[in-house]
Amino acid sequence: MSETHAQTVGFVRGQMLPPAPPPVGQSGPIRWIRENLVSNWFNAILTVVSLFVIWWLLSSILPWTLNGIWNAGSLAECREIRDARGLESAACWAVINERWLQMLFGFYPIDARLLATLFYSEQLAAAGGVEAIFGAGADSTARIEFVAQMRADLGNTIVFFFGYWRPLLALALLVVAVAPVLYGNLPRKMLWFSLVYLFVAFFLLWGGSVWLPILTAAGFAASFFLARAVSALSGALLGLLAGILFFLLFFFDPLGLVGLDLGLFPVLPHLRAVLDAAVPLGLSFIPSDDFGGFMLAIIIGTSGIVLSLPLGIALALGRQSDMFIINKSSIIFIEVIRGVPLIVWLFTASLLLNYFLPPGTTFDLLLRVIIMVTLFASAYLAEVIRGGLAALPKGQYEAADSLGLDYWKAMRLIILPQALKISIPGIVNTFIGLFKDTTLVVFIGLRDPLGLTNAIRATGEWNGIYWELYIFVGLLFFIFCFFMSRYSLYLERKLQTDRR
Amino acid sequence: MKKTLIFGAMAAAGLAAGAVSAGTMDDVKARGTLKCGSNEGLAGFAAPDANGVWNGFDVSLCRAIAAAVLGDPQAVEFVPLTSQTRFTALAAGEVDVLIRNSTWTYSRDTDLKLDFKGVNYYDGQGFMVQKSLGVSSAKELDGATVCIQTGTTTELNLADFFRVNNISYEPVPVATNAEGQQQYLAGACDVYTTDISGLAATRATFENPGDHVILPEVVSKEPLGPVVRHGDNEWGDIVGWTLNLLIAAEELGITSANVAELAAAPTANPEVNRILGTEGELGAMMGLDKDWAVRVISAVGNYGEVFERNIGEATPVGLARGLNAQWTNGGLLYAPPFR
Repeated sequence: MSETHAQTVGFVRGQMLPPAPPPVGQSGPIRWIRENLVSNWFNAILTVVSLFVIWWLLSSILPWTLNGIWNAGSLAECREIRDARGLESAACWAVINERWLQMLFGFYPIDARLLATLFYSEQLAAAGGVEAIFGAGADSTARIEFVAQMRADLGNTIVFFFGYWRPLLALALLVVAVAPVLYGNLPRKMLWFSLVYLFVAFFLLWGGSVWLPILTAAGFAASFFLARAVSALSGALLGLLAGILFFLLFFFDPLGLVGLDLGLFPVLPHLRAVLDAAVPLGLSFIPSDDFGGFMLAIIIGTSGIVLSLPLGIALALGRQSDMFIINKSSIIFIEVIRGVPLIVWLFTASLLLNYFLPPGTTFDLLLRVIIMVTLFASAYLAEVIRGGLAALPKGQYEAADSLGLDYWKAMRLIILPQALKISIPGIVNTFIGLFKDTTLVVFIGLRDPLGLTNAIRATGEWNGIYWELYIFVGLLFFIFCFFMSRYSLYLERKLQTDRR
Repeated sequence: MKKTLIFGAMAAAGLAAGAVSAGTMDDVKARGTLKCGSNEGLAGFAAPDANGVWNGFDVSLCRAIAAAVLGDPQAVEFVPLTSQTRFTALAAGEVDVLIRNSTWTYSRDTDLKLDFKGVNYYDGQGFMVQKSLGVSSAKELDGATVCIQTGTTTELNLADFFRVNNISYEPVPVATNAEGQQQYLAGACDVYTTDISGLAATRATFENPGDHVILPEVVSKEPLGPVVRHGDNEWGDIVGWTLNLLIAAEELGITSANVAELAAAPTANPEVNRILGTEGELGAMMGLDKDWAVRVISAVGNYGEVFERNIGEATPVGLARGLNAQWTNGGLLYAPPFR
């Protein structure tokens, strides 16, 4: 055999050829086009049709968008400018230019006193100084005219950064607070700030006396440490009871329920009165009615997300529990909340609760909505997480038992990390849904971005404008939801330990 | 049995809620602001400007009440209410007064346990068509397609009108006024029908308002007015008489420009003197001071000024006085005497 071979091969190359680039048709964009767009005649036709459809869509949308008019005082003025430029159609972005602060913050009052002292001091002095305009006895109509003139002179950008510093600072700190939760490589000590943030945000957004959030936080901390100290001395159960007792006496008046009015409890208002008298510190109080716009969506959305996750986990574990009452009450809660549309719960929160509360109590509408949204999302989350728990092989539970871990340790160290990892897409899905559902509050009269588009359209200048406002709202929501979805992908890749 | 229990509890809670609001005026004074149930936004009647300050025809009445009670026309919290939530919110005590272009009807006044304290705008349902159709009367609309908001009284009025006149129509249901505008402009219907003030406001937003006409027929009565809860007559008096004050001020020629001058010293007209507190003690009878009327008029002006500023012919809404003129000018505005 070897002889035949020797005869048939006339020439054997002695050295390697230098590597050559692939032929033009087999690499780069040409190959990509050939493979993906025109691999056969049918695909080629589809490609041409798709290109035509894309061109057709863009050719009607892009000129409208890009030729948009940014500076005009009203829709009629926009139309005049458009006709003067000889355009067929043009977006009237001027409405966004004029009203974007309102779309973002609703009717949240600006810090006009700060703006005036920083940037408008000459005119303020001319008008009679700070006290004449912003003092207690000042004429409110004159103040409103002064503020309107100031806003017009300063422009929206300065008003955005300095007039709305409270919600902006709250948002910036929110980023700092959630960073250690979202990204594991940050120092763990930052988690303490995340806890404190709840009170900081409340103080910044609602204002009022600084002592209310401080005392509330102190009350929580004191109950916790008291429970720890007592349980170290005389057992876990007594410690827990001591903590709960302190908590009740600090925030509520449990003795009042049994008719014992000592006038001493709850402790919180007494302490607050003393501290307010000693060191009066605080920001101007802003009622929830003034909250609105995209800020409202973020407040409802983030509080709903943050609060519903622990509740959802607890419900999922409760539903898996062998204990009869816990199991059944979890099931009933989940099925009832999930079986009724969110809008019904919102109507319940806004209309029916007032009938059942004791007369004279005014329970903040925003708080009611946050509670309802949280409960609703937690029922969905519970089912998502239950799916994750069910997906874990039984061996994991048994392994945890065989290590001698108690229930909570087993859950915390072995079961939940795996179950939550499996559930990430579902959890983020629920969060995105929750965030977008916040627009439903428009039906109970909260001023969410969509509600504000109605209010803006009701003015003489902007009546008849639709697309521009809706596009702006849609874009804002898209940015947030897209971020959440990207983060979920990042987390999935990072935690993909089993398929390495 | 269980149901009765629940309803019993609800009724008891409702009664309790009603009882607490017996002193609305004290509540308002203690709070320092008036909670005014208002529209989420309706052209000419309630709309926020770029600084978040509300303006409009209904808004002015809220400000007038605040000026009367609190002395500050800006001390108003506007609580936006939808047409579904407005009466419940008022009954539950979430607002002190509801001024949200609400039609005064029998069942609302009696069954819902509310009190309408007068009429600040006489509206009525009308029709808008394209001028090119060449229609000059609604009776010529046989066979027309009509854009109509579902679930409203306008829908029922429309059916009545066409049946009475023995002509046919084809309804095109729309959900909101915004959708109705778009459908009408896109040619999905020949006719758009809603309250005349709404039609005028809508037409004002069109690119070529002149191409559309509002037909002369008015097919329903829509008296719009301020509403308070049953059972707090002192508060109801204040709301009702603030409205009457605005109307009477126009009739008597008291304007925001001359009110200070008229109030400085007694004039020749005793009713003006009584209103402005230079004679008698009318304010004290309602629990207010004697300058209440001066504050109201200098804050918002009289009815005519409020009308012209917000919805009058010089504004984009461009409504004529029509039924809303003084009785001396052939309208329906007729304030009882201040005596």
